[in-house]
Amino acid sequence: MFVINCPYCGERDQTEFSCHGEAHIARPDNPAEVSDQEWGEYLFFRNNPKGIHFERWTHDHGCRRWFNVMRDTVSDKIIKTYKMGDQKPGVTDV
Amino acid sequence: MSNQNRTMYGGRIDRGKVINFVFNGKKYKGFHGDTLASALLANDVHLVGRSFKYHRARGILTAGSEEPNAIVQLGLGARTEPNMRATEIELYEGLEAASQNCWPSVNYDIGSLNNVLSSIFPAGFYYKTFKWPPSLWLFYEHFIRKAAGLGHSPTAKNPDRYEQKFYYCDLTIVGGGISGLLSALAAGRSGCSVLLIDENPELGGYLLDYNFSINEKDGIKWIKNIVDELYSMDNVRILKRTTAMGYYDYNYLTALEKVTNHCDQLSKTLPRERYWRVRSKKIVLAQGAFERPLVFADNDRPGIMMASAGKKYLSRYGVLPGKSVVLFTNNDHAYQTAFEFNDKGAKLSVVDTRDNIDSRIQKKCEDLGIKLYSSSSIISTSGNKKVNQIEVQKVDRKQNELSGECITLDTDCILMSGGWNPAVQLFSQSRGKLRYDNVLNTFVPDKLIQDQIIIGCNNGCFDLSKNLNHSYQEGLNAAKDLNYEIADSINWTGEEEISFTESSVEPYMLGKKKVTKGSKHFIDFQNDVTAADIFLAQREGYISVEHTKRYTTTGMGTDQGKTSNVNALALMSHIHDKPVDEIGHTTFRPPFSPQTFGAIAGRSVDHLFDPERRTSIHKWHEENKAVFEDVGQWKRPYYFPKKKENIHDAVKRECLAVRNSLGMLDASTLGKIDLRGPDTTKFLNMIYTNAWSKLEIGSCRYGLMCNEHGMIFDDGVTTRLGEDHYHMTTTTGGAARVMSWLEEFLQTEWLDMEVFCTSVTEQWTVLSISGPNSRKFLQELTDIDLSKENFPFMKFREGKVCGIDSRVFRISFTGELSFEVNVPSRYGRFVWEQFMQHGKKYNITPYGTETMHVLRAEKGFIIVGQDTDGSVTPMDMNMDWIVSKKKQDFLGKRSFTRPDTLRSDRKKFVGLLVNDKKTVLPEGSHIVEKALKQPPMKMLGHVTSSYYSPILGHPIALAMVKNGTNRLGEKVEIPLMNGKVIEATIADTVFYDKEGNKNNE
Ligand SMILES: [Zn+2]
Repeated sequence: MFVINCPYCGERDQTEFSCHGEAHIARPDNPAEVSDQEWGEYLFFRNNPKGIHFERWTHDHGCRRWFNVMRDTVSDKIIKTYKMGDQKPGVTDV
Repeated sequence: MSNQNRTMYGGRIDRGKVINFVFNGKKYKGFHGDTLASALLANDVHLVGRSFKYHRARGILTAGSEEPNAIVQLGLGARTEPNMRATEIELYEGLEAASQNCWPSVNYDIGSLNNVLSSIFPAGFYYKTFKWPPSLWLFYEHFIRKAAGLGHSPTAKNPDRYEQKFYYCDLTIVGGGISGLLSALAAGRSGCSVLLIDENPELGGYLLDYNFSINEKDGIKWIKNIVDELYSMDNVRILKRTTAMGYYDYNYLTALEKVTNHCDQLSKTLPRERYWRVRSKKIVLAQGAFERPLVFADNDRPGIMMASAGKKYLSRYGVLPGKSVVLFTNNDHAYQTAFEFNDKGAKLSVVDTRDNIDSRIQKKCEDLGIKLYSSSSIISTSGNKKVNQIEVQKVDRKQNELSGECITLDTDCILMSGGWNPAVQLFSQSRGKLRYDNVLNTFVPDKLIQDQIIIGCNNGCFDLSKNLNHSYQEGLNAAKDLNYEIADSINWTGEEEISFTESSVEPYMLGKKKVTKGSKHFIDFQNDVTAADIFLAQREGYISVEHTKRYTTTGMGTDQGKTSNVNALALMSHIHDKPVDEIGHTTFRPPFSPQTFGAIAGRSVDHLFDPERRTSIHKWHEENKAVFEDVGQWKRPYYFPKKKENIHDAVKRECLAVRNSLGMLDASTLGKIDLRGPDTTKFLNMIYTNAWSKLEIGSCRYGLMCNEHGMIFDDGVTTRLGEDHYHMTTTTGGAARVMSWLEEFLQTEWLDMEVFCTSVTEQWTVLSISGPNSRKFLQELTDIDLSKENFPFMKFREGKVCGIDSRVFRISFTGELSFEVNVPSRYGRFVWEQFMQHGKKYNITPYGTETMHVLRAEKGFIIVGQDTDGSVTPMDMNMDWIVSKKKQDFLGKRSFTRPDTLRSDRKKFVGLLVNDKKTVLPEGSHIVEKALKQPPMKMLGHVTSSYYSPILGHPIALAMVKNGTNRLGEKVEIPLMNGKVIEATIADTVFYDKEGNKNNE
């Protein structure tokens, strides 16, 4: 079970959080203009990497804020947590 | 004769305190400080159980938590606990325990016929025999469970209390042997907050049972001084009788503390057990090692035990388990036990598999008159309920061949030692990697993954001086890492009588030829897995270690193979002629030892299992005999039965009261969200399928929310309270989900929108009054003008109701003229009672959720989650009218044009009327075109809602039917579970007041 560093509250136990899957999947600006294929990718397709993964979490039993987590799925080490809207960290930040 | 095996003096028991206990119905006496196992051995009780599969007589093998054989049913009635290790149970006055897995008694067990028939019970027997046909499995299982059960669970409710404790510290040390103690001391002296966990009632570890010195002084005294100092430190917390069970990511550790388990009385203030959830910056593993059994023919008879266990029984408990004792060993260390036994008056022989025994040891044996058989092995044992004779023969270890004369020895106790295995279970749980050590012939910790430290025997080091100094230094290092000012280093010289340096693994003793000759070479005592079973698994292709484990079940008992794993792997290595490294090992998983569910549940049982939410009127509902229904976490009145009424009578009466005069529903559980901010209207336009820009202040609108797949997800009425201020309602069960949904989009997608969402569900009590007399009734209690002209349908007004500032919404979920009166929750019950009082003249009738469902179904109003299931669009529900064509975008819109959502044969929402006018269809029933004798038949859909309608006098149902809107008037069939087939006709979804006049009165 992780210790997660909420960007708003600090380190807390994983039991206070929940995970909402892959981060940085932007909703198409104008859905009416995207093809079925593109819309389907937005809806259904997600990465499942062995290694660095970016994911969305909420601090449910705390500040209730959404934020992003950069996690290594092999070691389960959380490399970085950052606020929504912040730049996606590059691999060099690891 | 009582305590006939007790020595005259010695041991760490209190001989002044006699304790009475009962085992298998017979009374015995022991002493304070005994375990059940030591007290039984003191009374010469060796036969304590029957084995799992063959029902063989079994005794006490070990003296600790690794015990595979001596597992008993402890206690009686509601507190009875199965599979308890006699070696860990501290004796208390009045203790009652019994053998498991035997019938009618441990001495005469019918199941032991399995042993005679064992040739038909090899590994994989159950898999092979009961694989087919599957329908017979349940039949077989009944008998297998009966024959092979372990203990039994209590059937009555456990009266004990279990607590949980969350704990945070710098350093957690698992194991209170000298290594753990010294690390704790170093870290404690340096100022770290330390948690020291040990599973025994006494700190000091295995050395308490051995002769050793520190700096040439008495070691036991030295240990006591350290323990005293640790207890004097405020920054060190010590937990005895506490087993570390699980080691998870980020140094998260769970541990089970036995608080009053070992006491003879239930405590009024203390829990029985306490479950610790510990998060520490560093974890030190100092769990020591388990002695490894030797695998030889019939090595499982009562009277055969581990050498270290024998030493412990003798040194700690003053129990001499046998008078004519054979030590069977492959290492020097175990000789200490032989010498101690000899010293206490036992007649000793030693069988050692090695030919190069230390000359000093040989000399000492000679001096003491101990007969030493080197390069030899025990090749057979006999004795039905206790070992009484063995055969010994010379063995060539390399060739694994026997030679020379076969010597017969009489004995009543065999002490065996095959070397030591570090207790790597927790380390392995923590993802640590193991390495096979070719000197110790066992797995030792290799690669650390977490912020952890492994010390002492746990780390595969058996040199006392090294362990003392290394453990202390590691404690200092940890403190330094955590930025404490560290105490000074110290150096000790420790000396054991004989230390453990190396040992080989004897894969299976001698004989190759004997393996199949009727005798059994046990590897896993608890699960009755023999060397022959491991051979069989390899022959039949279950070669991977994971396959062998599952096929033979080795290591799968409640002891998780603490004594068996390495021997099983060594045998596989021998069979395949490959190094053990290449065989690998199975994964260790929590818990380390069996643990109670009570401790895991803690206080989260009964009414504390899940929070219960109650409205401000709840007490009134209770007082008025409401029957309650769980809706999410809410308790809602289901119906209000009057004397002798059943649910049908009550619901019928409640329904008719609403349709004919006046009813009242406690609708407080509806989700309510207060939305404010300059972008709220824009936001609602994205969240709901319909348009909100033109909604006037003071007006209400029904809205439907879809997810991005275009599927209906929640619904409710939202009201514009001000220019940038809305009051949203959601379904009762969906409130939290909707709140998260709104926040998700505000926080992750539309960060520039300024909208604030506040849950106000519990701030408002909602009294929904409904029926033709509702206006007349309410007007008498409010200053709001309720006239049709001034307060039309779908409008909102504020004013006083019964003198309380209220919000009144004119909306309807029954189809009748209705008002939803919202009052601040603290006035909820007051207003409710005023209404009840004042409404008498209108026969005001409180109604519950069932009546609410019937009334809305009569009007064809949907309930999200009942009529919809997450796979239906607004169009499927014939709700195209609520989907804006003009809005460019809203959540779910794009998915309405996906090929799948455009399919013409999608299920559509329809009404259903049974042709017999009396059958109330079960909800969930399948609808078919033509019912056949048996499946398959052509499916059309299913019933989503179904009730008897009191106002119409016949049943009504709602359903999802393929292409349903084009089938109005068509006949369909509904086959029931009882074989009957009901005919029905597809109808409109609105059954009552089709014109919708009633709520516009
Ligand atoms: Zn937070």
